[in-house]
Amino acid sequence: MEQLKTIGRELAMGSQGGFGQSKEFLDLVKSIGEARSKAEEDRIVLHEIETLKRRIAEPDIPKRKMKEYIIRLVYVEMLGHDASFGYIHAVKMTHDDSLLLKRTGYLAVTLFLNEDHDLIILIVNTIQKDLKSDNYLVVCAALNAVCRLINEETIPAVLPQVVELLGHAKEGVRKKAIMALHRFHHKSPSSVSHLVSNFRKRLCDNDPGVMGATLCPLFDLISVDVNSYKDLVVSFVSILKQVAERRLPKGYDYHQMPAPFIQIRLLKILALLGSGDKLASENMYTVIGDIFRKCDSSSNIGNAVLYECICCVSSIYPNPKLLEAAAEVISRFLKSDSHNLKYLGIDALGRLIKISPEIAEQHQLAVIDCLEDPDDTLKRKTFELLYKMTKSSNVEVIVNRMIDYMISINDNHYKTYIASRCVELAEQFAPSNHWFIQTMNKVFEHAGDLVNIKVAHNLMRLIAEGFGEDDDAADSQLRSSAVESYLLIIGEPKLPSVFLQVICWVLGEYGTADGKYSASYITGKLCDVAESYSNDETVKAYAVTAIMKIYAFEIAAGRKVDMLDECQSLVEELSASNSTDLQQRAYELQAVISLDARAVESIMPSDASCEDIEIDGNLSFLNSYVQQALENGAQPYIPESERSGMLNISNFRSQDQLEVSMHGLRFEAYELPKPPVPSRIPPPLLAPSAELVPVSEPSYSRETHQVATVPSVSDSGSLELKLRLDGVQRKWGKPTYSSPSSSTSNSTSQNTVNGTTTQVDGASNVNSKARTTYDSRRPQVEISPEKQKLAASLFGGSSQTEKRPTLASHKAAKASSHAAEKSQAPKAVVVSNEVTVEKTNHQPPPDLLDLGEPTVTTSSAPLVDPFKQLEGLLDSTQVTSTVNHGATESPDIISLYANTPASVQSSSAEISVPSNKDDINVTSTLATQFIKGPNPKDALEKDALVRQLGVTPSSQNPNLFRDLLG
Amino acid sequence: MINAVLVFNNAGQPRLTKFYTQLDTSVQQRLISEIFTLVSHRPASSCNFLPLPPLLASSSSSTTGPSDSPSLVTYRHYATLYFIIISTSTESPLALLDLIQVFVEALDRLFEDVCELDLIFNFETLHAALAEMIVGGVVVETTLDKVVAGVRSQGTVAKRPTGGAGGRGGFATRGVWAGR
Repeated sequence: MEQLKTIGRELAMGSQGGFGQSKEFLDLVKSIGEARSKAEEDRIVLHEIETLKRRIAEPDIPKRKMKEYIIRLVYVEMLGHDASFGYIHAVKMTHDDSLLLKRTGYLAVTLFLNEDHDLIILIVNTIQKDLKSDNYLVVCAALNAVCRLINEETIPAVLPQVVELLGHAKEGVRKKAIMALHRFHHKSPSSVSHLVSNFRKRLCDNDPGVMGATLCPLFDLISVDVNSYKDLVVSFVSILKQVAERRLPKGYDYHQMPAPFIQIRLLKILALLGSGDKLASENMYTVIGDIFRKCDSSSNIGNAVLYECICCVSSIYPNPKLLEAAAEVISRFLKSDSHNLKYLGIDALGRLIKISPEIAEQHQLAVIDCLEDPDDTLKRKTFELLYKMTKSSNVEVIVNRMIDYMISINDNHYKTYIASRCVELAEQFAPSNHWFIQTMNKVFEHAGDLVNIKVAHNLMRLIAEGFGEDDDAADSQLRSSAVESYLLIIGEPKLPSVFLQVICWVLGEYGTADGKYSASYITGKLCDVAESYSNDETVKAYAVTAIMKIYAFEIAAGRKVDMLDECQSLVEELSASNSTDLQQRAYELQAVISLDARAVESIMPSDASCEDIEIDGNLSFLNSYVQQALENGAQPYIPESERSGMLNISNFRSQDQLEVSMHGLRFEAYELPKPPVPSRIPPPLLAPSAELVPVSEPSYSRETHQVATVPSVSDSGSLELKLRLDGVQRKWGKPTYSSPSSSTSNSTSQNTVNGTTTQVDGASNVNSKARTTYDSRRPQVEISPEKQKLAASLFGGSSQTEKRPTLASHKAAKASSHAAEKSQAPKAVVVSNEVTVEKTNHQPPPDLLDLGEPTVTTSSAPLVDPFKQLEGLLDSTQVTSTVNHGATESPDIISLYANTPASVQSSSAEISVPSNKDDINVTSTLATQFIKGPNPKDALEKDALVRQLGVTPSSQNPNLFRDLLG
Repeated sequence: MINAVLVFNNAGQPRLTKFYTQLDTSVQQRLISEIFTLVSHRPASSCNFLPLPPLLASSSSSTTGPSDSPSLVTYRHYATLYFIIISTSTESPLALLDLIQVFVEALDRLFEDVCELDLIFNFETLHAALAEMIVGGVVVETTLDKVVAGVRSQGTVAKRPTGGAGGRGGFATRGVWAGR
């Protein structure tokens, strides 16, 4: 800081120092540099913040001064303090005309703001303007900001300019434009997917620098999708060849290497392209061989290129000559004095042994050297290598090394990592049970709190199940060696909780199994554990249960149990514990002890932890009891689902008025269209329906009138009722209905309908013939209108993105319904639904106006009041019966409507079929076309309608929406 | 890609922090101090690479894909300053060392015997040089002449007053890493 003082003195003489900054700034840096503690530094910076806050708010600050303030803000921020109060000034500075100030503004902004900061919006405009600037320096500054600040949403705002800049005369600008495009691709691949070819084009740029820069985005693109770039292999190879042959200008040489950074990038790309591709790899062999030979291994960068060659060779289709060359370089790396080269040598070895495992053996000593090196990075890299090399023959050495290292370090993160590696290797390659137990003990002892609890569970299971072979002697030997080792360890202080859990469990299960240790000895140890880890409830729980097991085994074996005093006091203490779990365990222990041998044996069978517990889900052993109760006049049990269904229905029947209850959704929907409704609903609906489909009005009113006569619901509907609820819930789960689109709302509904079809099929138990035939179709009838309506009324139609999937579902639905109903209905419901849409949107009004014919009613479907649809949902029996009607006797439309508003769509569709027969083939294609390109006018109309629908019902029944949404 | 370039001095005071991926200011500060502790305790003979401390290794996995998460710290020590690059595993570590070398040499040319003071008072130039070499986390230029020319074209680089800092200068030339 000596010279700082000098500078300060010098600067004090003039108002501006040689660096263009004021004395204040120098003082700030000086005092921060002299700060002795973080606290002192903080104090200084906070003071500076106060000063800046005051100064920056002053009016009419000279621009030069403001620039300095902003620089100071950057400094403050760099030291970790919040300078957000000044962000806006930095943003303002980007608007400045002076290049110097503008650049400072951009610099500060890129350092201050992240891409979703609110202020970005104020910069986008400036960036747009600057990207068009004649001064390439301004453009560069703007491009730098683009790379950092433009997010997914603002990409379109600058994309055209950036693309234009790809052809800029200055190579610096081209480079940055490519990087900007690369960033865009990184942030949102879809936004620039059509521009990806630009990267290929820039590969042929006249300027090698631009070409080199282009390799970075290409690398990213290729790593995502290798196959689309296979054609470039030849180009890359020829570029690499030219570079290696020093065809590039001298300026690109670095430490006598021809453009090494470009070589490295090319080799990385070739490694991707040649991976597992013999043909592509063969193109590369020559040039890689050349580089191996030519490369200067005395410089750092030369070695970097060599290392990249090894990586490439180990990735592409193997070539023995190149592998040999690579092995040679590796041995040179490993023998080097430089730790960097050793590090890379180990890394390269790890790559190469995947292809030629024998190579590692040549370097054993070098590897051991690295393992013993004091350099942690090198050591860890070597462990990585060892991990890859582990076999059952060397697992003991490697794992022991790892454990030793694990014990020696304090870094918990790495400790956890290496512990899990040890466990993994031990589980995979353990040569003996004994060794395995010992190894796990060590891991648990030293990193027990860091390893995953699953590891402990695995260990317990392993001890219980043995190693899989049917060798009981070996298993029991494993157990007794485990018990023995645990009894040795158990006395040690501060064991990790997880390890103690394992110990307690094993001791409880197998402590007395081989008769070597007495029950009182084991229980004594367990009591000690519970006592010395009295803060750890889990351990205590494990210990108490283990004690209970030991005593249970004793009792079952017919021996007399004398509870130890300490044990007694432990149980007493625990039965008054705050933890209910511990209490229960303590009481269970007491209860078990007082039982006789036979009972205890069936409660706590010895070594039964691996036995499957059979659960009789039907509770069949209660059958006789139930039977008896029924005979005595008890009510039969009704499953909850049915019970709730019944509840609904009874509600519905008894109460005509709306009532909010837990099943509010359903009966409110049912109530709505009752007698008073028709008079109120038609007016609002008339307008939109007249716009969209002139026909709908009459059909609608008819239907509403009949709705009034909706009869009582039969009990058998309860099951369906439940099922339909599922349909409703599923719909809420789908985030599709966001933007209005006329035709898709129809098709989406079918989409989900399809899904529900199977569901209902599986769940319902239908017995009558007629119903079976309609089974596959009924749910469609029931739910599609409901979905449609709700979608329309609540979300305003379906989003456009839904289109493609729904098209597919159209087909599926068609197919299934055709199959199901060929005999009965001439056409599938789904198809007719499409017909509906077609008619609605394309057919001239005169056709539709023909109300007398049943055909016409079709078009009404999309306009039906959602509440009617909901209401229909409640009553499945009705629906099915009507479907029957609709299919067999089409003239009976009125009764049809009268019975089920919900089925309106389907039934009307069926009815329409006769007149539409010829249309149907056409319609499906028409529908497709329609879906592809939605008519904006139709969409608008639909939107208006939807809004109308959405408003009308809610004003009548706000509760519904609360229930649905809440 | 390169996730961050950091420069701090022997006392751990940041002289340049440039993050190419989004990170909270508080996390940045913790990261700097963590890396400083790791780096400053390493003997000169050990290698110039470090696995990334867990702080960032875990928190930054939010971005896409495994190749995108930073995993490697490459550092070089010149006189009073540490130059750090945090990168993903797709970058060549040795090449990054040379990238730092190019950066420092460029600064040396720009400032004529660069020293820590130049960086403190002129970090606009420092950033300008960095922006010539790395854009959006990708190395775009490694040719010394072009970097220097790029920065100079943006305006003259302020000279340090000759009187004061002579004794301290030239960490680039003095501390040049001799290709161990």
